[in-house]
Amino acid sequence: MSVLIDKSTRLLVQGLTGREGTFHAKQAQAYGTNVVGGVTPGKGGTTHEGWPVFNTVADAVAATGANASVIFVPPPGGADAVMEAADAGLDLAVCITEGIPTLDMMKALSFMETRPHGKTMRLIGPNCPGLISAGRAKAGIIPGHICKEGRVGIVSKSGTLTYEAIHQLTRNGLGQTTCIGIGGDPLIGTSFIDALELFAQDSETEAVVMIGEIGGSAEEEAAAWIKAHFKKPVVGFIAGQTAPPGRRMGHAGAIIAGGKGTAAEKMAALTAAGVHVVKSPADIGAAMTQALRA
Amino acid sequence: MKIHEYQGKSVLAKFGVPVPKGLVAYTPDEARVHATTLGGGTVVVKAQIHAGGRGKGGGVKVVKGPDAAYEAAKAILGMTLVTYQTSPAGQYVSRVLVEEGLAMDREMYLGMVIDRSTQKTVLMVSQEGGVEIEKVAEETPEKIFKAFVHPTLGLQPYQARQLAFQLGLKGDEIKKAVSLMLKTYEAFVASDASLLEINPLVVTAAGDLIALDAKVNFDDNALYRHADIKEFRDLAEEDPLEIEASKYSLNYIKLDGTIGCMVNGAGLAMATMDIIKLAGGEPANFLDVGGGANAEQIKNAFRILMSDTSVKAVFINIFGGILRCDVLAQGVIAAVTDLGVRVPIVIRMEGTNVELGKQMLKDSGLNFTTADAMDEAAAKVVALARG
Repeated sequence: MSVLIDKSTRLLVQGLTGREGTFHAKQAQAYGTNVVGGVTPGKGGTTHEGWPVFNTVADAVAATGANASVIFVPPPGGADAVMEAADAGLDLAVCITEGIPTLDMMKALSFMETRPHGKTMRLIGPNCPGLISAGRAKAGIIPGHICKEGRVGIVSKSGTLTYEAIHQLTRNGLGQTTCIGIGGDPLIGTSFIDALELFAQDSETEAVVMIGEIGGSAEEEAAAWIKAHFKKPVVGFIAGQTAPPGRRMGHAGAIIAGGKGTAAEKMAALTAAGVHVVKSPADIGAAMTQALRA
Repeated sequence: MKIHEYQGKSVLAKFGVPVPKGLVAYTPDEARVHATTLGGGTVVVKAQIHAGGRGKGGGVKVVKGPDAAYEAAKAILGMTLVTYQTSPAGQYVSRVLVEEGLAMDREMYLGMVIDRSTQKTVLMVSQEGGVEIEKVAEETPEKIFKAFVHPTLGLQPYQARQLAFQLGLKGDEIKKAVSLMLKTYEAFVASDASLLEINPLVVTAAGDLIALDAKVNFDDNALYRHADIKEFRDLAEEDPLEIEASKYSLNYIKLDGTIGCMVNGAGLAMATMDIIKLAGGEPANFLDVGGGANAEQIKNAFRILMSDTSVKAVFINIFGGILRCDVLAQGVIAAVTDLGVRVPIVIRMEGTNVELGKQMLKDSGLNFTTADAMDEAAAKVVALARG
């Protein structure tokens, strides 16, 4: 098993005809993902690289039976694309777009809660690398060739640091179930806790790597939840141990504000929850090998 | 994006939030004229920098009359103000706000931020005004009252009323507070603010509520739809290298160490700084070249790294996903050749086309040190930086 995405996923690409959309749609298909079509307003009825293109997500769902979408639209339309996906009844949307205004995202998240269908859509991101179920399917930009099928789940706020963790696991002979990049924005659709809940229910996932970073309190909230509910071993790393306060470290959400959101606080909370916290990002793979042996 | 107090007050005033009458001066003479314009009585002369704690650093003076305003401005303009929010080197003061002096009765606090856990805007108030709110939150959290705002329906009058009562306001003050909170919320949303603080929010002797200070930060991602707010940017408040980097969409933050870093991805860039520190070194910067960096961007990144004279060695840490290692190698070789880079360079790359990239570095004849793992690379670069 895996979580969120597998061979049965029928994936749409919102923004298929753009450079990024096209490139990653091809990559996803090459990895074995069932990419069923794309949405680009105004280009409905045409085909692009062999895929049918639709004007709206609703049209695409009606014609293809899509149940998930990956979003590559530019930031000003990002939140709108998320709402359109939710309204069309999709189960999953993965928003790669970086730079969506926070207040736009707040409205989209509120919209998702009050949809008329009564059906909820899982949103991953925005500002994330997406997700990949090793050897099965992917939605997003995580390179498939570094993954290996196995029993470790990954949940991370970062992109390339997630690749680093995957690489270390694979090099240590540990494969992955699903790797989820939840994104580095202040407001995101899927939290660490949401992802951990999914991994808790997945019989194939035996352990989890959790990669956080400075800013906010999502890691502390996850620590409390892990302590109370999560029985599988967790290896944790927090990026930004040396980040200066008051500066935004690349990601919109990565900022120590008013002395809060430091790496030290997060590492202490995770350690207290029984998480194997590594200080060095180079130790993630080795720590997981050890955690699984224990 | 951060702005000055007087700019923040102009944003509030635009939405009808009461602020003191004030004018900006760049010279002592201007300050004198402004004090006269404001009636010739008591004025407050306040240094305008993007940091709090200005009063303690000597950047705020309450004086009587235009001549005293001249003297106060003369003392403050040109000073380098060091506060708990500036860098240790301090921030140069090039403008002051000259404001009417008000007879105050009470100081309170009002703040608005986006709460990540509830994914809502939260309005916070406290009777403890004029002090660091972080301290109040730490020591006496029960003295902070909050209202969570519905993302689409907005702040409701009953929520503002409840906070006004919790602030201990009475009679006419309640109505004034409700109006002020609703207008402040409107200003927050309409300008895509990420943080808005009125500290202190005062009740004057005359019973009016006025925003005596204003700190407003904006969501950088939303600036594209606020041409007027973009105009508020003060380049003098930013590091020249950071301004240069922003021209090439490079995410660069200057730090105090000796090891220059070039990394793709914000998380990996932070982790690279962390591992340098663990290896006993100090990073000179945070630099995220992004997921799809090209040769031109790598060259610009090198130029910026090299203009920091404290850099003794460079650590390039790239995990090639979309950015292929051979493209990176090509960019690095071209940049080092063109710019005549003299400091040692340690390259650690992994991912797409890594073998080809490594071969290209080897064949270039240039003096690169390579490493396979992050910790190995960090140890090497720290040793090289020590010379």
